[in-house]
Amino acid sequence: MFGKLSFKGGVHPPYNKGQTAALKIEILPPPEKVIIPLSMHIGAPAKVIVKRGDKVKIGQPLTEPGGFVSSPTHSSVSGEVSSVGSFPHPLGQHLTAVEITNDNNDDCIEPAPLGKDWREAAPGEIVQKVSESGIVGMGGASFPTHVKLSPPSDKKIDTLIINGAECEPFLTADHRLLLEKTDDILCGTLILRKILGAQKTYIGIEDNKPDAIEMVKSKLSDSKFSDIKLTVLHTKYPQGGEKQLINAITKREVPSGGLPMDVGCLVQNVGTAYAVLDAVCNGMPLYQRVVTVTGPTVKKPANLLIRIGTPVKYVLEHCGVDFAATKKVIMGGPMMGLAQSELGAPVIKSTSGLLALDEIHDGIRSYNCIHCGHCLKACPIHLSPSVIAKFVDKSIYDEADKWNVLDCMECGSCAFVCPSKINLIHFMKLGKFHVMAARKAAAKKAEEKKE
Amino acid sequence: MADETQTPLLHVSTSPHIRHKESVSSIMLCVVIALVPALAASLWFFGTKALLLTIVCIAFCVLTEWVIIKLMFKKPSTIGDFSAVVTGLLIAFNLPPDLPLWMAAAGSVFAIGVGKMAFGGLGNNFINPALAGRAFLMASYPAAMTTFSKTQPFLKSQIGTINGLTQKIDAISSATPLTAIKDAVLSGNLQPLDFQYALKNLFIGNVGGCIGETSVIALLLGAIFLLYKRIIGFSVPISYIGSVFILFWIFNGTTGDLLATDALIIPTYHVLAGGLMLGAFFMATDMVTCPITTKGRAIFGIGCGILTFCIRKFGGYPEGVSYSILIMNLFVPLIDRYARPKMYGKVKKNA
Repeated sequence: MFGKLSFKGGVHPPYNKGQTAALKIEILPPPEKVIIPLSMHIGAPAKVIVKRGDKVKIGQPLTEPGGFVSSPTHSSVSGEVSSVGSFPHPLGQHLTAVEITNDNNDDCIEPAPLGKDWREAAPGEIVQKVSESGIVGMGGASFPTHVKLSPPSDKKIDTLIINGAECEPFLTADHRLLLEKTDDILCGTLILRKILGAQKTYIGIEDNKPDAIEMVKSKLSDSKFSDIKLTVLHTKYPQGGEKQLINAITKREVPSGGLPMDVGCLVQNVGTAYAVLDAVCNGMPLYQRVVTVTGPTVKKPANLLIRIGTPVKYVLEHCGVDFAATKKVIMGGPMMGLAQSELGAPVIKSTSGLLALDEIHDGIRSYNCIHCGHCLKACPIHLSPSVIAKFVDKSIYDEADKWNVLDCMECGSCAFVCPSKINLIHFMKLGKFHVMAARKAAAKKAEEKKE
Repeated sequence: MADETQTPLLHVSTSPHIRHKESVSSIMLCVVIALVPALAASLWFFGTKALLLTIVCIAFCVLTEWVIIKLMFKKPSTIGDFSAVVTGLLIAFNLPPDLPLWMAAAGSVFAIGVGKMAFGGLGNNFINPALAGRAFLMASYPAAMTTFSKTQPFLKSQIGTINGLTQKIDAISSATPLTAIKDAVLSGNLQPLDFQYALKNLFIGNVGGCIGETSVIALLLGAIFLLYKRIIGFSVPISYIGSVFILFWIFNGTTGDLLATDALIIPTYHVLAGGLMLGAFFMATDMVTCPITTKGRAIFGIGCGILTFCIRKFGGYPEGVSYSILIMNLFVPLIDRYARPKMYGKVKKNA
């Protein structure tokens, strides 16, 4: 029953989790100022409902959703709105954000839990609570959770998978959460299960976290969690990718261009499950999260509970980063994370880690592609990255489309193994951009013709 | 608006931010290491001639690449990737021991100059440069390329072991085991093909032939290293050697039972003799010039096997490995087009 499950493809990067795996989650003191961007999720940016000079409390909404696929944001400190303007964003742009000056009183809003036992509540009520609490996917994609929890009526979700794989090297935030908040995560899982009416519920953990596996196993012996099944996964990157996880656990394949719900599955990160529990039972919106701060130039690596909006620089200083030796700062894991150019950018809802690296790793001279095929073996979607990269390099985007560039999930496995050190992900992203643009143009043309 | 007290200048790039330590040069270095046992065997059996040929080939390959990249491409030198060393070694391994050194040098210049650099260097060549060099020499100096002397021991004390196959074959016609089989099969007299002697000598390499191809055991040692390092896969060698074995087994020239000893001698000879081991493990597996998927590589290997069978069985040459691989190299883009990996979620949504 506890056989180790896996998928075809993938890579084994050095995991480097030892520095932080055994460190308990600590609370990072809130900074003097937090910057809360309007856009910390996929979808329409939220609309500001506060103005400069307003007094706010922890958990008070600063924005309201800008549409269905959108999510509100909440203040993570108490104090005064000192500015609504353009601030650095982890994506590398300057985007609109609300800056709040902390008064260090930590005044909190009145917690607003569901008001009744979630077991008796209608799924719609719980989803409404999740939506109001600004919960988005905490694994990195930051897709608004309430949207995921409201599948169209013709899509029946029979399988809920809680993602505790945490396959990115260096990161241990989910690992610590699984160890320290096991009950809460499992309760959150039951809430999600209740919303979806899923028959099967799994929690998947990679076998490099034996203590978390043991912990979850011992809790699952409790009858109230008897509906949840633990699945031990083979340690391999990207085991925690949504499609890979579904394939490993259910043997189903999400169709190309489709969503997990097309095969009756729904995947939520353990951090999301915890946030759902916190919102539904404790009545607190998403205003803080666990972040792993680590890397070769970090003197005091840690797993920190950080207020959303805390500037990256403040976090790194707290952990004693040797800035002189730091060449790259990554938000997220080293395989898919975003390289940061401005350390004034804030920690956002999807920030699972902050890494300070002393190597650039792409100043190495790039050779021609030697056709070795390593990228094809590594690709978890079984694409041909080197072939697609050649088409994109020559601007032959229709061929790149035919070779399914749009199915690339940008996991980085191909570029990781490439002996010629070709930045394949760069070509994938460029190819996807151009193919999308071409498709849009073609659709527009077709529309005009119809008219 | 940004924090002006920014400390370091940070590097920004697309993910991933960590890379595997394997590089093109480390791969090529592994291939060089894997060829060392075969080189040692060639020195043992062919003496200083083999050593000189190898040095000349490597030197001219590296020099040609350096001159072209510096004087014509005007780019930083690429000889540090060791691919020219590999090409040099492989050309030398494909030459008969008595070939004049200037011919070896000419072949090396052609291999790198025309076979590789003319198309843009490593990665852009569509045929195996070492085999291009060999084909050039075969076309230009056919006599010198097909005159094989007896194996010549590196140590005098080894003279006593030169016997068996080599001598018997010499008595029949020319020097290599493959010629011997061809003649034996044509004449219908399989007596000279002593199974045990042949197996032993072919395995060790104590037979006539090109300097690097004779010792099956040394080649296998290197191949095991490359397989262990996952630089080559099983698909090309197994499909290639397997298809040669099966074809010669089925069409073995004898009549009747496929399990008879006679029926097994011929395919075993064909697998162990000639350049098949060298070709299947070190030249057909060349990453640049073989298909990119495992499926494609199996098709490629079977194609090489069929061509080798046809050339050896029906062709004028006793040997067919190098031409088979060269011909199949030309089919690689075609194979790559059709032997694509099966994509995850291939079934289109609502199709």
